[in-house]
Parts: sequence; C-alpha cells; structure tokens
Amino acid sequence: MFIANIPLLPERGCEQAAQVDYLFYFISAVTGAGTALVFVLLAFMCSRYRKQREGEQTPRILGSHKLEIFWSAVPLVLFLVMFAWGVVVFDQGFDVPSEAPEIFVVGKQWMWKIQHPNGVREINEMHLLINQPVKVTLISEDVIHCYGIPAFRDKIDVLPNRYVTTWYQPNKAGKYQLYCDQLCGVGHSQMIGWIHVMEKDDYDLWYNGKRPKIDDGPTDGSLAWEGRKLFLKLQCASCHSAKGRAPILEGLYGSTVPLRGGGTVKVNDGYIRESILLPMAKVHEGWAPIMPTFANQLADKSLDLTQEEALIRLIAYIKTLGPGQTPTRTDKFPAPIGAETDPSKLGEKK
Amino acid sequence: MSTMSALHTHGGHAAPLAGAAPSDNYLTDGYTWKSWLLTVDHKRIGLLYLVSVTAFFMIGMAAAGLIRYNLVTPSGMLTPDQYNKVFTAHGIVMVFLFLVPVVPGVLGNFLIPITIGARDLAFPRLNLLSWYLYMAGAFCACWALLSGGVDTGWTLYPPYSTRSQTNVAPVAIGIFIAGFSSILTGLNIVVTVHRMRAPGMTWFRLPLFVWAMYATSLIMLLATPVLAVTVVLLAVERIAQVGIFDPALGGDPLLFQHMFWFYSHPAVYIMILPGMGIISEVITCFSRKNIFGYKAIAWSSVGIAVVGFLVWGHHMFVAGQGYYSALVFSLLSMFVAVPSAIKVFNWTATLYKGSISFQAPMLYALGFIALFTIGGVTGLFLSTLGTDRHLHDTYFVIAHFHFTMVGGMVMAYFAGIHFWWPKITGKMYSDFWSRIAAILMCVGFFMTFIPQFVLGYLGMPRRYHAYPPEFAVLNVLSSAGSTVLGLGYLFPFTYLIHSLFYGKPAGDNPWGATGLEWRTTSPPPTQNFHHTLVSTEMPYEYSLPNAPKPTFSYATASGEPVKEEKANVH
Repeated sequence: MFIANIPLLPERGCEQAAQVDYLFYFISAVTGAGTALVFVLLAFMCSRYRKQREGEQTPRILGSHKLEIFWSAVPLVLFLVMFAWGVVVFDQGFDVPSEAPEIFVVGKQWMWKIQHPNGVREINEMHLLINQPVKVTLISEDVIHCYGIPAFRDKIDVLPNRYVTTWYQPNKAGKYQLYCDQLCGVGHSQMIGWIHVMEKDDYDLWYNGKRPKIDDGPTDGSLAWEGRKLFLKLQCASCHSAKGRAPILEGLYGSTVPLRGGGTVKVNDGYIRESILLPMAKVHEGWAPIMPTFANQLADKSLDLTQEEALIRLIAYIKTLGPGQTPTRTDKFPAPIGAETDPSKLGEKK
Repeated sequence: MSTMSALHTHGGHAAPLAGAAPSDNYLTDGYTWKSWLLTVDHKRIGLLYLVSVTAFFMIGMAAAGLIRYNLVTPSGMLTPDQYNKVFTAHGIVMVFLFLVPVVPGVLGNFLIPITIGARDLAFPRLNLLSWYLYMAGAFCACWALLSGGVDTGWTLYPPYSTRSQTNVAPVAIGIFIAGFSSILTGLNIVVTVHRMRAPGMTWFRLPLFVWAMYATSLIMLLATPVLAVTVVLLAVERIAQVGIFDPALGGDPLLFQHMFWFYSHPAVYIMILPGMGIISEVITCFSRKNIFGYKAIAWSSVGIAVVGFLVWGHHMFVAGQGYYSALVFSLLSMFVAVPSAIKVFNWTATLYKGSISFQAPMLYALGFIALFTIGGVTGLFLSTLGTDRHLHDTYFVIAHFHFTMVGGMVMAYFAGIHFWWPKITGKMYSDFWSRIAAILMCVGFFMTFIPQFVLGYLGMPRRYHAYPPEFAVLNVLSSAGSTVLGLGYLFPFTYLIHSLFYGKPAGDNPWGATGLEWRTTSPPPTQNFHHTLVSTEMPYEYSLPNAPKPTFSYATASGEPVKEEKANVH
C-alpha cells in the first residue's frame, strides 16, 4: 500500500520542467541500456565460462584495437549528444523575456523574503500568475543559500554581495515546494516554503488584497515608490541632483559610464548596489570620490527591512528615474550623519 | 619461459635462503612496540595504515548510522545541530581519513615494492613520516569533530564556514597535516616506480595496479598542495579576519569553491583509480585470462588523471560561475567519462572464454563492476547541464557518489584485501563467510542507495535534518538497507581477525596468481624476496601452459596447501 503512494516524478509546474524530464528520459534510456548491456554480458560470461575443472587451459587473448576504438567512440558520441541537448535545455533558463516583471528574493538565515514589483512583501511564499513569465533576482543577506523549486526543475545558488537571476513561466496552477539547497546552518531544512501558481482571478484578488496601505502622498505602493521613500530619507538628492556634487541618476540605468582611472562600466543592479555600499570601488569619471558608504545604515528593524531588501528598493526606484524626475531634498527626514545640509552649499534655490 | 623457471619456482614456496627458518618473515621480525612504531619496512607501515584506516572507517560508519537513524522520521531523530555535525564528521572522516589514504596507505605500501620486485619504497623513512603525519592530522581532525564538532559539511563552503561558531579551524589544520601525508606517499610511489623496478620490469610489464597507483600518486602530488593552500587560507580568514572568501570581509566565496574542487574533484580519482587497479588484478586471476587491452587500461588511468584536473567546475554549474565556464566544464566532464567506460568494457571482455571461479575477491570485484557502472552512468546526469540544474545538491548526487565511492571504491578495497590477505598474513579466511559478506554488502548497498536516486529526482535536498512527509517511505527503505550494509561490513572484520588465529596456512600462491608478489613466501620476509627477481613477461600470463596454478583449496580441510606436487609439475 505504501509503494503505490511513492511518486516517481516530481510535479511539473512549467514547460521547462517537461524539457528537463525529456532529457532525463533520454539519458536514462541510453545509460540504462548501457548498464543492462554490461550486466547481461557479465552474467553471460560468469555462467558460460565458469570453471569446469581444475587446470583448465584458457585462450591467450590480449585485446583488440578495433573493439577499443568501438567502445570508446560510441560512448563518446552518446555523451556528446547528452552534452549538446543539456546545453539547449540549460540555455532556456537564461532567455528571460524582456517584458517579464521582476521579483526580488533575499535569502537570509533562515527565511526567504520576497518583494513584488508592486511592493507586496512575502516570507517563504511566492505567488505567481499562471502563464506570466517572471524574472527573479536573488541575493543573500549572509551566507550562500540556494533557491530550488523541483516542480520548475530550477535551482540557483543565492550568493551574498552579488545578484543572480533566473526566470520561470509557470503553466499549471498549484502549490509547489520551495527548498534551500545549500547548507546554510542549523535552520537549513526549515528554510523551505511554497510557490503558489494562481489563475488570473485568484491572483488579482491576492495581488490587490495584499496591496500595502498607502500613507504618504500620491503613491502607488510599488517597490519603486518604497525606494523613493528611502531615496528621500537617505538624502540621496542632496548630492545626486542637477547642481549637486554627484552625477544625476536620471536615465542612468542601462547606460555605460566612464570610470575614473580608465575603463567603463554598464550600469546594472550590481553596479548600483556596489556604488551604494562601496562608493570608492568604481567612481564615475569627472566626479570627486566623496560619497560615504551606506553599508550598515539601510536596514530598518521597525519595518523588518534588511539591508538587501532596502537596496533592492533603491535600485527599483533608480531604474524608474526619468529626465526631470529627481525629487528635491526635503526636510521631512534628517540628513545622514556628516552630510552637508546647508542649502546654499547644495546649489538649491532659496 | 625457461629463464623464469630457472629463477623461481611457480606455485609453491620459493626456496628460502639457506639457514632461514620458514617462519622468518616480516611479522616475526621483532615483537616490540618499537619494532612496529619505528619500523621503516613498507609492509609493517602498510599494516599500521590498515589498523588506523579501519578504526577511522568504523568512526565514519558510526556517523553514517546516525545519519540514517535521524532520517527514519520526517521530523528527524536528532537535533538539527547534532545532525549537521554528524554528517560533517561522516564526510570528513570518510573522505580525508579513509577513502584517500586507504589503498595507497595499506595496499600501495604493502604491494608497490613487492609487485615491481623492489625491497622497499624509495624513501622508507619518509614513508614512516607519512604515517605519522596522517595520524597527527587524523587526531587533530577527530578531536575537533568529537569535542564540539563542525557543522559546515565536509565541503567547508564559506562564508558559512568563516562564520560558523564550530571547530572549523582545527579541522582545517587536521586536513592540512593529513594532506602532507598524501603528498609524501605520492612522491614515494612515483620515485619508487621510476627508479626501483626489478630487472626486466619494463613500464608495459607493470601490473595495472601499479599503473593505477602511479596515476593516483601524480594526482596526490599535484592536487593536494592546492587543498593545503585552500584550508590554510580558510583558517587565516577565520583566525585573523582577513577577507579572502567572505564577502563581508571583502572576499569571494566562489574563489574557495574553485580552489576546493580543483583538489576535491581530482581527489575522487585518487579514491577510485587504485580501486580500478585492484580490479584488473583480481579479474584476471579468477578468470585465468590475460587482461583484455592492457595498454588501453594503463593509458586510461593516466587519461583519467590528466582530464580529471580539468573538470572541477562541474560541481558549480548553478553556483554562480560563468555561462561559458559551465559549458566547457560540462564538455570536459563528458570526456573524462570515456576512460572509465573503456575500463568496464575491458574487464568484461577479459572474462570471455575464461575459467572463472567465484572466491570472495572475485565476488567483490564483480560487485565493484556492477556498482561502479551504475555510479559512472549516473554521473552523466550530473555533468549534463540541463539535468544538473534540477539534480544539483539533491539526494541524486549523494546516491551517485556513494555508488562510485562506496559501491566502487570500498568494494574494490575489500576485493584487494581479500585477494592479498593470504600474502599479507599467510592465513586463509573463511570461504563461506567471505562470500556471504560480499553478497550482503551488495544487497545492502542497493537497498540503501537506489531509493536515494528517486528521492533526488523528486527534489529532496542534501543535508536536510527534516523533510516533507511524502519522502518518508523512501527514506525508511534507505535506512533499512543501511543496516544490512553495516552488518555486511562487520563480517570481514570478524572473520579476517578470526583467520589470524585460526586460519589455515595459505601457501605462497593460493590463487595461482602471476604477480611477482606471489613468487615470495607468505608472509614475505622483511627483505621481500630471498633472491633478486627478474621479470621476463607481460603480467597476467594465465593462459601459458606453465602459468602458476592455485595451490589452496577450500574443499580440503587439511589446513595445509594442497596439490603442492601437482602444481610444481609443468
């Protein structure tokens, strides 16, 4: 009765899972046939040529070049087919559709913190809309974790200090297990959760129901809006403004900037994150290296907000900054310690 | 073959030197502690290794038992912290203190000089130092593992290992010290094989065990220093807080993974190649055949050693290495699979038209081929990028490497121990119990690890103290199998010790094998041979009319080597 209940294949939640399964079947068939061949040959030899009497004479066979070449070449060709097919399947994990919305995942001992583009935050649960491709960007707050979803046949190590991305397009509604697959300490086996793939109506209900309370002016509650609040709170505009002492950030994302000391860098999530934590690492050509680090100043315990989550919000906001959209400095939040506050020195109008 | 016959007698006792008593062998050459602990005789050092690796194998097995005990219920029987420490201890003890040193230390030490007709290894004192370094490293590591433990897994990945509050640094130091033992053993074997072969023992007359040990030694020499550097850097980072691997200190965690696997992937070939060498010796002897494709097997060992250095990145397909790195490492991993396939086909072909008998060494060897084949082909699922993305860090990986390391390597080690036990001790063990043990190990092994392939494809992650209830049945099956496997391992421990006291005298060449080691007495004299041997032929000439014949038969309970007269008649 038990045996009937043992599943042999994990559920499939997306097309990619089927692709992995087909490849798995192919390798299973080839290696299964190879193994069966060896076993049958062994069994045959052992029964056919078992010793009949003491002192039996055996023929002196030293080998065969033709056979050696045959049984080197045939496996090699089969292995290369596996390799090539494997690359094709692997590649699909990188072809993120450009229109896919981006979900951010922060791993920390021992939970997954997830932020949706509209600002909804979840812990150990990720709600996805069926048939909607999503890009997932992940980073770790502490040690290496691994974001693994067997139903999607997808897994990616989540590293500290570096963004990694993957994507999914779930095609079957359901609830799928999420695991941490990289040993991360005592709570490793508790760092699990659920992926909920929902039909459109259910998803809309959840998405809107989860929308955070709006309390500060004309907001949309999105991740970028949360980032804007941080941007103001941290007084970024004190320097990063039209007449400031630092490069203006409008339209910066995706551009290539020259670096002090030579070279260029493409502005992506990783570069913005690095510039906030280690401003001296890659300084924009033509600007003085005067920015203080914001490492260890971004977390906000009262909001249950970790440093990596705050960084993700800031980046989400900086991405949206278009021409003329840099906010002016406000007095609503105190300037960071050591920052210049005299308006005249900041080039602001009286 | 008349030259050879003039120099020694086949099958029976080589004529002892005049005046030497028959009992005059390396075991009776001194009974004091000092004569053992300060010996420079490679055979006695081999036995020192035998006793110590067996002890560490027991410790590793106890930890394995605790792992399977924990996993009999979905919520776990131990605490998460205990569990992390137990599987870390299992991995570190089994890899660094058992699998890596076992065959080079025990059989390599004992056999390399004898099989090439030398009187000792090139550097006997260095050899003794190797054992002391091994013991020092082992005690350091075991002390750290038992007094508080380490919870990082044997892979010691930072930044977790940089921040873990457990005994990471002492374990790293233990691995560092034991690593030097490996390096010195490798050096000793390489020099011995180059410089100390008997007259006539050309490269292509070397037994394949020696070829395999030679390839292994090259890896030990070239890869182990990288491990030493890696663990030292890890210890420096922990102790002095210098940023090397931990991003919080300015380091790069992937650097550690690259350095670690640069050693640890070739290390799996340090573990398996000697096993493959043993199998070539055993299969030929018990099928009374020349090895099929001598050069193919010899060069495939070297091929594995070389290509094995270029595939470490297949441990890191989803770890954040570059896309093109992943492609190259996947492709090269396909190439390293070919030499292993060649060996399996050659061993199978060797059986063709043989005269096969099924004493314990042969049963272990056949078990090796079966289990290693499964271990080998399941590696293809992991070196293929598309499937590794799903299987990485799941129980599929656990099952795969246990099939190669335990089903492969440990079975081969037992094949070797059973094959050469009569030579090492001069005694024969129980035929019945040794065969039962071989079968029990095979059955227990399948029961333990086949369910883990299924668990892995279902997605059960490694190193989970607790797991979703739907995995319970397969885990219980696996734990049940592990008790059978554990029982199987206790058998040889019992009947081999029993044979020391009650075993029948084995005779010099009980199996009728062709290697030079069988041309001396059992146990061999301290100087290995009573006279200098000359090698005049290929190894494994079992099909020639004057090939040595088995001199021991379990059928007669006389306790004496039988058919002595017959065997000497050519």
